[in-house]
Amino acid sequence: MVMGKMSIDQFFELLKKYDIEVLEGVTIEGDLEIEVEEGAAVDQSALAYLYTVVQEIQNFLYYANVAMGHLNNVSNLLGMPNPFAAAPAAPAAPAAPAAPEAVAEVAPVPEVKIPEELVKAKFEPFRVEYPGKIQEVVLGATKKDGGTRGEVVVLGGERSLPFYLFDAPQPNLPAIAIDIFDRKPALAKAVREHYEDVLEDPADWAKKAVKKFGADLVTLHLISTDPLLEDTPAKEAVKVLEDVLQAVKVPIIVGGSGNKEKDPEVLEKAAEVAEGERIMLASATLDMDWERIANAAKNHGHVVLSWTQMDINNQKTLNRYLLKRAEMRPEDIVMDPTTAALGYGLDYAFTNMERIRISGLRGDSDLAFPMSSGTTNAWGAREAWMVSSPIEEDSDWGARELRGPIWEIVTGLTLSLAGVDMFMMMHPGAVAVLKEIMETLGGKISGSVADPGDWIFMKE
Amino acid sequence: MKVKSPLEVYKFLPQTNCGECGFDTCMSFAAHIIDRSVKPESCPPLLKDAEKDPKIKKKLEQLIELTSPEVAEVVIGRGDMAIKIGGEDVVHRHEMTYFNPTGFFYDIWDTMSEKELEERCSKVIEFKKFYVGKFLTLDGFAIRCTSDDPETYKGVVKKVAGYGKPMILVALNPECMRAALEEVAEEKPLIYAATESNWREFLKLALEFKVPVTIRAKDLDLLKSLALTFKNAGVNEIVLDPVTEPLGEGLKGTYERVVNLRRTAIQGEDRDIAFPIMVTPIAAWLIEGDDVEKAYWETVLGSLFIVKYADVMIFRSLEPYSLLPLVTLRFNIYTDPRTPVQVEPGLKPIAEPDESSPVFITTNFALTYYTVESDLTSANISSWLLVLDTEGLGVEVSVAGGQFTAGKVKELIEETKIEEKVNHKVLVIPGLAARLQGAIEDETGWTVKVGPMDSGRIKGWLEDNWPPE
Repeated sequence: MVMGKMSIDQFFELLKKYDIEVLEGVTIEGDLEIEVEEGAAVDQSALAYLYTVVQEIQNFLYYANVAMGHLNNVSNLLGMPNPFAAAPAAPAAPAAPAAPEAVAEVAPVPEVKIPEELVKAKFEPFRVEYPGKIQEVVLGATKKDGGTRGEVVVLGGERSLPFYLFDAPQPNLPAIAIDIFDRKPALAKAVREHYEDVLEDPADWAKKAVKKFGADLVTLHLISTDPLLEDTPAKEAVKVLEDVLQAVKVPIIVGGSGNKEKDPEVLEKAAEVAEGERIMLASATLDMDWERIANAAKNHGHVVLSWTQMDINNQKTLNRYLLKRAEMRPEDIVMDPTTAALGYGLDYAFTNMERIRISGLRGDSDLAFPMSSGTTNAWGAREAWMVSSPIEEDSDWGARELRGPIWEIVTGLTLSLAGVDMFMMMHPGAVAVLKEIMETLGGKISGSVADPGDWIFMKE
Repeated sequence: MKVKSPLEVYKFLPQTNCGECGFDTCMSFAAHIIDRSVKPESCPPLLKDAEKDPKIKKKLEQLIELTSPEVAEVVIGRGDMAIKIGGEDVVHRHEMTYFNPTGFFYDIWDTMSEKELEERCSKVIEFKKFYVGKFLTLDGFAIRCTSDDPETYKGVVKKVAGYGKPMILVALNPECMRAALEEVAEEKPLIYAATESNWREFLKLALEFKVPVTIRAKDLDLLKSLALTFKNAGVNEIVLDPVTEPLGEGLKGTYERVVNLRRTAIQGEDRDIAFPIMVTPIAAWLIEGDDVEKAYWETVLGSLFIVKYADVMIFRSLEPYSLLPLVTLRFNIYTDPRTPVQVEPGLKPIAEPDESSPVFITTNFALTYYTVESDLTSANISSWLLVLDTEGLGVEVSVAGGQFTAGKVKELIEETKIEEKVNHKVLVIPGLAARLQGAIEDETGWTVKVGPMDSGRIKGWLEDNWPPE
């Protein structure tokens, strides 16, 4: 994995700036930093508890092709396994010695009997072994495989739940891709300020994402191809892809505009010009011509992102179509089961992904693919970008510059524990912190504190 | 819970279908025991007979044993404010649900200034965040003894007890702990912590004052030895602290210990360690860096272990950027996935509608409802919103599953008397329910228009489609 150029220390240096702002009582101007589209004015006084689920995320990320779509679908998840059904086989528990009665009945005037020695006991951890293995998928191709990437990124290969290194080694830790766009997108202020100087030039943007912020991959969203925006012809739009391939050496993911009619054509052209580079085409969905995208990947040696709306059954269906009808190879498929932000359906996203991962590990080869998460969706949560709470009784929300990145971090971290192998993100600080925690759990970070019990005596 | 089927519970019940428990049949009562919405003790005849007949008493005890949660439940605090921790039955929430949300306790220490103490305590008790129709709050205080002086500690603990919230008393010195317990034992604080070196004194305190006790050891053999020793001596309310290391290999080891403890308790059925787990994200304050850095890392540790099995936590940061994500994540993870979050069905007027305002219909699945409601409100669209009882399912699923039907729409139109409120008979249905258009028209006699697939586009849709011709 490429090591991040922005270290966690630098990130905190950066955050400190805001802390000082807060102390000095500097007011941060502006209410909405997300440039809300026409006809979508946001009324902050609304008693809208789950404010943004579709509206804001679509306004904000509609173009990003990582948008979450219709949350109605999440309720499909509610077809949970019947709790009356499964009775897991387990070894018999060791019988606990009965408590001596004399001790159990404590007299009102305490006359308690304290043993001299500890009862000796050995902790035997319960072991879990799964029969299945998550498919390994290679993104990018180096010179020896006909590409020009400096390094490849390998996703998947797990035989256990995330970071359960005590069950099985995890050959590939999750990777992080940073989103870039072929036209200036609407971005939250806390995100935008890190990219202000490169918003006009996708090649420079890609360079900054990789060299300065440590992205393992770059996701290029060709949003200008949207018929409702510039409607850039596919052939022209993919020139930006060529520029980006020139500018950086990391593997590339290419997304369309989210337009179901146009995307297949855009991704087809992208597949052509990136021949040999083993890019990932994002995405194939059930309600578009997925076969055309699958064929484009097959013909030019790329990978397809199989994207469904938080429904394990639909995910299985689409994967089967790609495998059986389009005859794709399993090593060319990654899944996006849809990411909802912390507070805006994260529980559904988490459980959907966890169920998919466990199914894969238990041997369901239709679901044993690496998973990708559009973690940037976290910025659609009002807590990530609003200046203050629209709910009057709420406690103070504090500086949003500090709320936004942690919203993206916690969304990503939670889903990393469900089995996500690749995160598409935007805030450089969030990228640095998520990478740090995943590498720690993955055993790549040594050291510890001198005495973890010292907090008990901290005098300040 | 050792039993998985209502049949296994039914065997233990009177089987008279007397209905005293509030359910029609003993089988129905049994099913509710299995989903943990009632306890065996809620069967009045069983309870009554158990008093008279030792054989039935034995049966009841057996049933309680069989249906008690895999992980013991521990109560911290007294009265309305008390919180329950532990009591979990599954390692993945989709297997049933997680039950008792992680308790959040906030750091206070006995050598801090009075002013600072009052400020922190106020922040803890006043914090609230509105979410899905309710306010999320914090649970209590963890009071550390940094003075190592029994009198000082006792005084501060007494003061904090005045706030009425559950407490964790943090003092490794048994003399300090004793002094505090003499003052506040009745509040049922959790004491922290029995270790390899002080366990005899702490066992004595736990028995004498009848308070729940934390045992602390990084070595899980030792932790189990301590737990077993306490259990054998008659202590039932035990919390396990496998020691939170905030960084590097230490953190990796902490993750392993916590996962292994919970998994071995539930899947391995090891009753000797089947107790609630404590994690102390406050240990993040031992790392190098400034306050923002420490608070961020503390929040990361908190999030990690909310998802993975911590039942109670001690935190320091009271910054909004720490509290908001943590209370939200806790709510999300502990939401029962078996019962979709629902809202009350009926008629909801938006932005002072009149008789010519459009009428929309949506489902009572909370995520759907609040999305549509906030989209209409935000765009200031005066309208009537009919909320259909789809048993908490979203539009697409309930249309497919038969919870969203023309017949039910008709009933809702009649119940809400919407015909008396508007001067038209035009109903706008969700785009995802388009295929019900004809059926609803036939059933209700209303004109049905198919709205956009996404309520975020209603405003633009209305410009082209309202008022109807």
